[in-house]
Amino acid sequence: MITDKLQHLGRNTLNNVAGFGRSGLMLFGALVGKPDFRKGFPLLIKQLYVIGVLSLLIIVVSGLFIGMVLALQGYTVLVKFGAEGMLGPLVALSLLRELGPVVTALLFAGRAGSALTAEIGLMKATEQLSGMEMMAVDPLRRIIAPRFWAGVISMPLLALVFNAVGILGGHLIGVDWLGVDGGSYWSTMQANVDLYQDVLNGVIKSIVFAVIVIWIALHKGYDAIPTSEGISRATTQTVVTASLTVLGFDFILTALMFGG
Amino acid sequence: MSDIMVDIQRLSFSRGENLIYDGMSMQVRRGKVTAIMGPSGIGKTTLLKLIGGQLKPDSGHILFDGQDIPALSRAELYQARKKMSMLFQSGALFTEMSVFDNVAFPIREHTRLPESIIRLIVLMKLESVGLRGARDLMPAELSGGMARRAALARAIALDPELIMYDEPFAGQDPISMGVIVRLIKELNNALGLTSIVVSHDVTEVMSIADYVYVVAEKKVIGHGTPEQLRQDKSELVQQFLQGEADGAVPFHYRANAYEDELMESAR
Repeated sequence: MITDKLQHLGRNTLNNVAGFGRSGLMLFGALVGKPDFRKGFPLLIKQLYVIGVLSLLIIVVSGLFIGMVLALQGYTVLVKFGAEGMLGPLVALSLLRELGPVVTALLFAGRAGSALTAEIGLMKATEQLSGMEMMAVDPLRRIIAPRFWAGVISMPLLALVFNAVGILGGHLIGVDWLGVDGGSYWSTMQANVDLYQDVLNGVIKSIVFAVIVIWIALHKGYDAIPTSEGISRATTQTVVTASLTVLGFDFILTALMFGG
Repeated sequence: MSDIMVDIQRLSFSRGENLIYDGMSMQVRRGKVTAIMGPSGIGKTTLLKLIGGQLKPDSGHILFDGQDIPALSRAELYQARKKMSMLFQSGALFTEMSVFDNVAFPIREHTRLPESIIRLIVLMKLESVGLRGARDLMPAELSGGMARRAALARAIALDPELIMYDEPFAGQDPISMGVIVRLIKELNNALGLTSIVVSHDVTEVMSIADYVYVVAEKKVIGHGTPEQLRQDKSELVQQFLQGEADGAVPFHYRANAYEDELMESAR
C-alpha cells in the first residue's frame, strides 16, 4: 500500500522532471541560433496580432471592472477615516504592483495560452509539425519561436493597458460617482507612485509572467499526446499550471521587490 | 552515383519495450518505385520516419545517397531532407494557408525566388496533380482525395530525389485511388524520382511497383518484383497477397487459451 504510493510519487516526480527537461530543450531549440529576420519578422507580426491585439478586448473590459471595484471597495473603507483623498494611490498601487500583472497573466493564460496549446497540439495531431520537419523547416523556429516572442512582447503591454484602464475605471467610480475630489485623486497618485519602485517592478513581474505562461502553453501543446483527449487535457493543464505558477512566482517576486 | 538510393542495413528499432524491427535490411533502387507492404501495425510509417531521420534506430545503418542518416548532425540532416519528401497519410496540409500557399511554402522557405517565378512553379505543380483550379481553396474545403493530391503537389514542389508515400491509398474512393496510382507512376517516370510506397493495398501496389518488400514479424519476409513475389513459396507472403484471414499471421491477438478463459468464471 505505502510502497504503491511511493512508487506513484516517484513516477510522477520523474515524469515532471523529464517534462521540464523537454520543455527546456524545446525553448532552447526555438530561441538559440542565428535569427532570420527576413522570414521571422512577418511571422512575429502575425502572432503579435493573434496573441496580443485579439486579447485587448478582454483585457480592457476586465481592467475597467477591476478598477471600478477597487474604487468602490477602497472608498467605503477610506471614507470611515476621512481619507478618501487617498483613493487615487490605493487604486493605482494595487493595480501597478499586483493586480495588473497578475490578472493580465491569468486572463492571458485563459485567452491566448489555451488557444496556443490547442493550436500546436492539433498541428501535431494532423502531422503538420512532422510534415514541416520533413520539408527541412524546423517547426521550433517556424512555429514556436514567433509565438514565444509575440507573447513576451505583448503581455507586458497588455498589463500596462490593463493598469491604465483600471485607473480610469477607478476615476469613473471614485470621482464621477462617489464624489471624491478629482484633483486630489490625481495629485495624491502622482505623489505616491514611484516610477521605478512601482511601475517598473510591475513591468518586470509582467515579463516574468509572460515567459512562464507562454512557455507552459507552448510546451503543453508541443508535448501533447496527439489525440482529441490528449489535446483537451493539455489545454486544461496549460490554464491550471500556468495560473498556479504565476501565483507562486507572484509571491516570490513580491517578497523580493517589496518585502525587504 | 550509386544505383542504390536508400540502403538499410541490419536496422533494429524498438519503441519502449516493443521491438519493431530486428536486424532488417532492404535496398531502394534509384528511379524505381519500391513498395513496402505488410499488415497494419508493424511500423511501416515508422520505417519512413527512420529514413527521414525523425526517429533514431537502436542500431544499424540507413544510407541515403551514401549518407548515414542516423549519424548526421542536425544541420546535415536538414540538408539531406531537402532532397527527400514525404506524403503523409493525412496530407498534413497547413490548415491556415490556401492550397497555393501550401505548395509555395517549401519554395518560399528554401529559395529566394521572386513571387512571379514561385507562381509559375506552383501552377505547374498543381497542374500535374490536376488541381490548378483549386489553388485558392483552403484545405478544409478539399475532399480527402484532393487534399492528398494537393499534398503531393507540395511534396514535389522542390523536385526532390526521393519521395515517400505513407499509405497513399488508404481511405480513398476507387476513382481517386486510380488517380493517385497513376500519379505515383507518372511522376516517378516523368520527374526521374525514386519512390517508396508504403501500403497494404495489394492490388494497387503490385500494379505500379518495380520491386516489393513484404515486411512482417520485425523483418523482411519476402521480396522481389511483383511477378517473383506471386511465385513466392512462403506461406506468410501468400497469406498476405491473397488476403486470407487466418494462417501464418494468426487472426487472433495473442491470448490465453479460449477454453481456460471462459471456464475461469465458472470455477
